[in-house]
Amino acid sequence: MELLLFTVFAAAACGGAIAVVLSQNVVRMAFYLVISLGSTAGLFFMLNADFVGATQLLIYVGGTVVLLIFGVMLTASGPFLTIKSSPGDMVQAILVGALFLGMVVVTVLQVDWDGNAAKLESRYGVSSLERPGYNQRGEGHTTRSIGAALLGARFDKDLGKNREQPSTGYLLPFEIVSVHLLVVLIGAAYLARAKRRVNVPSEF
Amino acid sequence: MEGVGINGYLAVGAVLFVCGVICMATKRNGIGVLMGVELVLNGANVNFVAFSKFGPLGLDGQIASLFVIVLAAAEAAVALAIVLNFYNNHLTIDVDRANELQG
Repeated sequence: MELLLFTVFAAAACGGAIAVVLSQNVVRMAFYLVISLGSTAGLFFMLNADFVGATQLLIYVGGTVVLLIFGVMLTASGPFLTIKSSPGDMVQAILVGALFLGMVVVTVLQVDWDGNAAKLESRYGVSSLERPGYNQRGEGHTTRSIGAALLGARFDKDLGKNREQPSTGYLLPFEIVSVHLLVVLIGAAYLARAKRRVNVPSEF
Repeated sequence: MEGVGINGYLAVGAVLFVCGVICMATKRNGIGVLMGVELVLNGANVNFVAFSKFGPLGLDGQIASLFVIVLAAAEAAVALAIVLNFYNNHLTIDVDRANELQG
């Protein structure tokens, strides 16, 4: 069952990504992007990351892609809907991309990840199975632990342990990201505000 | 353990990443380039979450992927504003036409 679900989601994610590359129409590219991101959210659910999967659906599929589609609607009028890239460029890029993909996949498959994890555990004494919060296989309730970790308390690592100092939380990155988001939204509103066009050609 | 190991997820992440890079390199449409960036960040996210389950990383990988999602949304907003500005000034979104700074 897990293998079947993984095959479906992985095929949809990869196929959507490849369709984004091969398609020349912007609206179709946005549609394939929705398919790819949605099946990636399914992969996240399969990896027990329920909160990340839900965030992916809400923010990526619900927010970012809608933003992109609004951009398409505001800019793509008539001749700009399909700007073709030249076939020579496509062939060249696909060739280079296939070589790069082969290199990355071969390199990744050569690493013995489980052996490395076992080595790390024997060296630093952290077993991934003894954590109370998350990494017990087959369990997915991560929302509470993630919320506490974003406020600086690591329930998933410190709960029930007698640590001298608590594990690292993520309060400072959380604040930095929130201020960054505020600045970015103000900047985007400033950049995209309506103003008079300069150099309007006479034929338009 | 029955089921897919970490290698399957890493392969999916690699495919998403490479597709995003090709998309960024070949598309002449500004919004197409943006979609390539989204694909690249998404591939990185798949790797983060996969290591968070299979590696000794724990919840840290998921939190990193959450930050990546938020930063991708911010980046899309700013880049879209820039594209709209470019369209207002040039009446096209062909990135090959953005050559005014060429020496």
